[in-house]
Amino acid sequence: MPGLSGRMSTVIKAKISKLLDRAEDPAETLEYSYQKQIELLQNVKKGIADVVTSKKRLQLQEQKLRDQVVKLDTQARQALAAGNEDLARVALERKNVAQTELQSLDSQIAQLEQQQQQMTESEQKLRAKIEQFRSKKEVIKAQYSAAEAQVRISEAATGVGEEMADVGLAMQRALDKTENMKARADAVQELEAAGTFEDLTALGSGDDDIDRQLKQLSSSSEVESELAKMKAELGSGSPSSAGELGAGAPAGEPAQAEQAGPSQGQAP
Amino acid sequence: MIARIATEGQYELTESDAEALNELDNQAVGACDSGDEEQFKTAFKALIDFVRENGQPVAEDRLEPSDVILPPADVSFEEAKAEFSGEGLIPG
Repeated sequence: MPGLSGRMSTVIKAKISKLLDRAEDPAETLEYSYQKQIELLQNVKKGIADVVTSKKRLQLQEQKLRDQVVKLDTQARQALAAGNEDLARVALERKNVAQTELQSLDSQIAQLEQQQQQMTESEQKLRAKIEQFRSKKEVIKAQYSAAEAQVRISEAATGVGEEMADVGLAMQRALDKTENMKARADAVQELEAAGTFEDLTALGSGDDDIDRQLKQLSSSSEVESELAKMKAELGSGSPSSAGELGAGAPAGEPAQAEQAGPSQGQAP
Repeated sequence: MIARIATEGQYELTESDAEALNELDNQAVGACDSGDEEQFKTAFKALIDFVRENGQPVAEDRLEPSDVILPPADVSFEEAKAEFSGEGLIPG
């Protein structure tokens, strides 16, 4: 079978037979593969714990980004109240980028959640297969001649070996994805701290120039409409509320949009 | 026959399903070969859906090897191309 499924089947079977080649005596093969299975089960548990840790870290970063959005919104209002429209625009642009980033982080966390779920299910399945293998290996050792045992062992070991390869693959994919997300979130964090938040659009994965320009267009029109809304609110709002908003940013020294807030600690 | 969707589990299919499966597999490979990503996605989704809909999930305590193993449902076009020609999804 030359297809995708054929190729995948061949690769996995080759891996399993490599695993079984190590031992020549059937009983030894059985014990060896059982030991490998138990080892993998431990690794899976560890892998799930890693995914959970990464998810928590991303959720923390998500929270920071959420705070950032609120802060930038406040800063835009303060700048506008102080009459500095340019600064307000910059703050809104950054808020826009942060919001876009937040959305993608949201969906990534949801994906991770799903993967964690899947890995937990896989772990249970593998555990059931290993249990099955454990009882089968005793039967094989007790009841079959060496030649026959070899066949039964290879069957059972392939069955459970496949499950192992499968869980291994699921784990590898989950961890790869987590690594990507961590790298991205770290990059966001660095840019944010460096005050070059507007460059974030360049981080968009797989975006070509046109995508980016389109995104910029939509984001600038969003910024303009938000700015207009804010102006209307400030204009029609009670003078006391405008004064209150402006209090944090005196006219001569408007909100410091570039300042990295006190919450910008380094990554742990 | 037993088909496994990688990272998902095993499904039992009838022999007549096997033929349909082979046909769908060929379509996915054909799309992959001609570099048509959209077509590949459609064909591969049809392949996975076919197995999920027509197959009976294999019980957890059954210890049997699969006849075919399909790449994971979320396989990317790049991965599928590599799977077909190079190292495959599982290195080593």
